[in-house]
Amino acid sequence: MALQDVCGFLETLDDISPCTYLPNEMGYMWRTPFEFDGDSAFHFLFPPQQCSRKNRAPTLFSSTFSSLSPHQQPFQLSHGTTTLGFIFQDGVIAAADTRASCKGLICCPISQKIMPIHSHLVVNTSGSGADCMLWERILTREMRLYQLRHRKRLSVNGAAKLLSMMLHPFKGTDVCVAATLCGWDGEETQETLQSCMEIADVKEAVEQDSNVSAISDESAQGSVKMASINEQDEISKDTQALNPTVSNQNTKNALSTFGERSGPRVCYVCSDGLQLKGEIISVGSGSPYAYAVLDDGWRWGMTVDEAVALAREAVFRATHWDAYSGNNVDLFHITAHGWRRRDREDLKEEYYREREREKKKIKEREKERQKREGDELVEGEGDIYSVHCG
Amino acid sequence: MEYLIGIQGPDFVLVAADNVAASSIIQMKHDYDKMFKLSEKILLLCVGEAGDTVQFAEYIQKNVQLYKMRNGYELSPAAAANFTRKNLADYLRSRTPYHVNLLLAGYDETDGPGLYYMDYLSALAKAPFAAHGYGAFLTLSILDRYYRPDLTREEAVDLLKKCLEELNKRFIMNLPSFTVRLIDKDGIHDMEKLPHVSFPSPPQTSD
Repeated sequence: MALQDVCGFLETLDDISPCTYLPNEMGYMWRTPFEFDGDSAFHFLFPPQQCSRKNRAPTLFSSTFSSLSPHQQPFQLSHGTTTLGFIFQDGVIAAADTRASCKGLICCPISQKIMPIHSHLVVNTSGSGADCMLWERILTREMRLYQLRHRKRLSVNGAAKLLSMMLHPFKGTDVCVAATLCGWDGEETQETLQSCMEIADVKEAVEQDSNVSAISDESAQGSVKMASINEQDEISKDTQALNPTVSNQNTKNALSTFGERSGPRVCYVCSDGLQLKGEIISVGSGSPYAYAVLDDGWRWGMTVDEAVALAREAVFRATHWDAYSGNNVDLFHITAHGWRRRDREDLKEEYYREREREKKKIKEREKERQKREGDELVEGEGDIYSVHCG
Repeated sequence: MEYLIGIQGPDFVLVAADNVAASSIIQMKHDYDKMFKLSEKILLLCVGEAGDTVQFAEYIQKNVQLYKMRNGYELSPAAAANFTRKNLADYLRSRTPYHVNLLLAGYDETDGPGLYYMDYLSALAKAPFAAHGYGAFLTLSILDRYYRPDLTREEAVDLLKKCLEELNKRFIMNLPSFTVRLIDKDGIHDMEKLPHVSFPSPPQTSD
């Protein structure tokens, strides 16, 4: 696809079946912003040509491009999920559940909703699964083309703008994509490129070695420690260099210590056109539950462990209450060195572990209460009433 | 659910917009800026359907800037307002109308301050005061009672505060903060966000 665009080669798709009118229109739409011939310069002035795209509901089964009435979908597409992304002093955390649902059926309990776009950008997607997969690939392609043409990575906000502009012509159709772009903006230097490649090697080695272990506070620390010692040193050195006195500042001040050009970013893009930059973004049917946990625990000066634990808990609580979210939780952590992926964890086990923890806590509280009353008994006169209260 | 208000004085225009970016029942952002700077002395306030607002407002913004690049001088607020209205009208009967409600506020060297009210049906009216959104139902009568053409800047801000108090009291939606800007012959000035009681920010670390 990318080479095709660079060469300006357009297939003729007249003789191919149903819904492939899309590539043609998309090809027309996307070539122009990046070509520098005189004609396309004016495409920035006019809102993209809508023509009759809005009345064509792209379906699998319709082979005629009738614009009279949208073809009935064979089944309802549901958009149940919980994804979240937030920034803090040590980068960006992106987390999501892994359940793909279709009305009342779990189509896939192990889907992957967080896709890396490039070394410093991942995208959380929610909405219709097919649309998300397609648009992820399209965005990856456009980002790579930008990087090849301009010799630097497009910023997260730039990528969000690009995706928003590409989705705009499909507003009003059934395209449903709600993407959260989580990434690190930064200067592309030889050192960072080098360290990104090293990180990738380390990550592969580590993923082969580790096994899916229990979720607990211990495991949270454990998987962060999975990275090699060298890498940890590099990262801590770099974060210190980038943000010397960050921990007590509020967000705006902290972002300014990174400078305008580099730092963690989270950006939300929706197919109905909403585009938001922020510190905490959560999307999907489980997002209200996640927001409640995130708003309570988020601080700019969090450590990586705290951030990971917060993200895991937010997804866990959301999956508990929301029927359309569940199964596992994926977690990515993006820093100036690139993204790192945590092992997928099964939330069912976390649920049982939490019940055990609660039982233990109740027992401990009971013991404490008895001890306290035991002490009071000893101190007091041995009143029968205090015995009853025990 | 969104709210815009503008008050024109003898030599200034005061505008305010709420800061909430919402998606169904969730406030996704508490500090979202709904004002678009068209030129040194023109602001476009834009609310409406999710993608349409930014798309349309940025389109107008870039075109106004292009006019300046081509011709060497800026569009006046009246001209910019009419250009905006014309674009809204052109798209109204197309297959993709823009569902946006706008306030355009500007200061012209010759004509003085101007506040233009535009709605999604591309109606255009120059008005001494105007408001958009459900909040307008609650505040237009306050503006009616207390507005005078020779308001000072402080009186205009007090009038704005009265309107926002009424919103806090009677409007069902919680709109915790508003961006306030003032345009006069010296350009666009950012003013303090209202109300003065700030929205509680996420808990900060204290180590």
